[in-house]
Amino acid sequence: MNDDIIRTENVTMRFGGFTALNDVTASFPNGQLTAIIGPNGAGKSTYFNVLSGAFPPSEGRLIFEGKDITGTPQHKFARLGIAKSFQITNVFPELSALENVRIAIQALEKRFDFWTPRGQLTDMEHRAADFLDLVGLHTHKLKQASNLAHGEQRALEIALALACQPRLLLLDEPTAGMSPEETMTMVDLICELASDRTVILVEHKMKLVMGISQHLIVLHHGEVLAEGKPDDIRNNDEVRRVYLGQGKH
Amino acid sequence: MNMSNLTGTITKNRVLVVFAFLLIFPFLAPYEALATDVLIYGLYALGLNLVFGYMGVLSFGHAAFFGVGAYGTGIAMVHFGVHWVPSIFIGILMAGLTAMIMGAMAIRTKGIYFAMVTLALAQCVYYIVYHMGELSGGEDGLTGVSLKTVDLGFTTLNIIREPLSKYYLVLGFVMVAIFIFSRIINSPFGSVLEAIRENENRAQACGYDVKLTKWVAFSISGLFCGLAGALSAIHLSVVPIESLHYHQSGLAVMMALLGGMGTFFGPFIGAMAFLMLEDIITTMTSHWQLFLGAIFMIFVLFFPRGIWGSILHWISRR
Repeated sequence: MNDDIIRTENVTMRFGGFTALNDVTASFPNGQLTAIIGPNGAGKSTYFNVLSGAFPPSEGRLIFEGKDITGTPQHKFARLGIAKSFQITNVFPELSALENVRIAIQALEKRFDFWTPRGQLTDMEHRAADFLDLVGLHTHKLKQASNLAHGEQRALEIALALACQPRLLLLDEPTAGMSPEETMTMVDLICELASDRTVILVEHKMKLVMGISQHLIVLHHGEVLAEGKPDDIRNNDEVRRVYLGQGKH
Repeated sequence: MNMSNLTGTITKNRVLVVFAFLLIFPFLAPYEALATDVLIYGLYALGLNLVFGYMGVLSFGHAAFFGVGAYGTGIAMVHFGVHWVPSIFIGILMAGLTAMIMGAMAIRTKGIYFAMVTLALAQCVYYIVYHMGELSGGEDGLTGVSLKTVDLGFTTLNIIREPLSKYYLVLGFVMVAIFIFSRIINSPFGSVLEAIRENENRAQACGYDVKLTKWVAFSISGLFCGLAGALSAIHLSVVPIESLHYHQSGLAVMMALLGGMGTFFGPFIGAMAFLMLEDIITTMTSHWQLFLGAIFMIFVLFFPRGIWGSILHWISRR
């Protein structure tokens, strides 16, 4: 087994004339919680989209568990073992929480089954219920997703990502728009999830990230500015200058 | 039994409920030929509803499948002397094939562009068939699709003389189709269609190949509409070129909307309402389309769930 679960080699991403990522080479340690941070416009979201398969990079390679997966279609990422939660809540709004997760589980097993009655899929429903328990939604199983509170919808989204049993879980600003209480709950959940799988987190909130992550990648103007343990990053002069120091101006 | 239990029971036994209703329907309809039209157009709108109602993709080209189903069956019978039963299957398969080809081109687009591409491709089919005069009869349509008697072994149906026999013959095919349709929408594949309707991006991220799924659903939808066309060829004994016209595509959309898109009974109720209203209004005025259009507008504006969808909604809120 490699030490890295996923890495990018010389990844460049252009949109028309604009270069969002420039020659990004970085690796993500297996089994750890890595956070991608950086000021607004640093290219965090673009990088997230490259890692999660939404954008095939303009140049460079994406290596997952030692295999080159550059250009693999988005829907195959879940089957490879890479799942993501979106920055903007992205669930199946008119379906129940349970059905949301059940459909996500089904994606790995029965994509083209035209005949089995859904009532016979009780095994999938039980597993879906377990995922809802894990993210703290056990009392809302039959609630329509659109009727859940914002924080609950975000948790549901994480359950959807977990349903494909990923070895790598990617979270794009999972606490965006949350109240302080909801944020605390979410942080606990992230730590729990990170205890038995690799997690990559894009996050804006610096304090939150420093407290929970084991590895950090700092982006600035589409390039890697620094990479290392939270303490190294905190003491890195350049990072302090472009990012941490911003608040003091 | 309270109301929501009632809808639950109906939904659970929906195939039996439809069957029971359609068995007695010819005695409720003004005349038998109209009842047969409702069966055929209900099936046609049902086929469209798979992609329109359940998957949330609007196609304006489903006349191509109805028409190819009708012409396929008719041409096999008239020009090649094939028995009517295999002819129906030839019609269905040709419609399915048309749907596979059209679908492969159209699924690259989304939303209004998908509707426009399917419309344009269906018009291509219209002109191709129009210009195959020797086989299709061109502008005059295909005539002489005659099926006079059907030997069932124990009895012989004279379907020209007995419109009721013809109704039940068509119903036999429609019921099999309804049963299969019900299984499909209740299957795991059916829930993938709902997932795509609800959130395409999320479905993709979960690991569903959205384009492939859309293409498969579009093709299956074409098979059902093809059967509707095949049955219409037998019902009318002719295949008018209008059965490929975009007006025919619009009919399925209107019927599905009127009855309630994405509901199981909606398409049949929509077909029933549309054809019966048409039948009544044409006896009063030649401007029947004006009145039907107004009724349609009222539904789109005030009852977007359609007749059956509004009833379901009303019951579930009580």
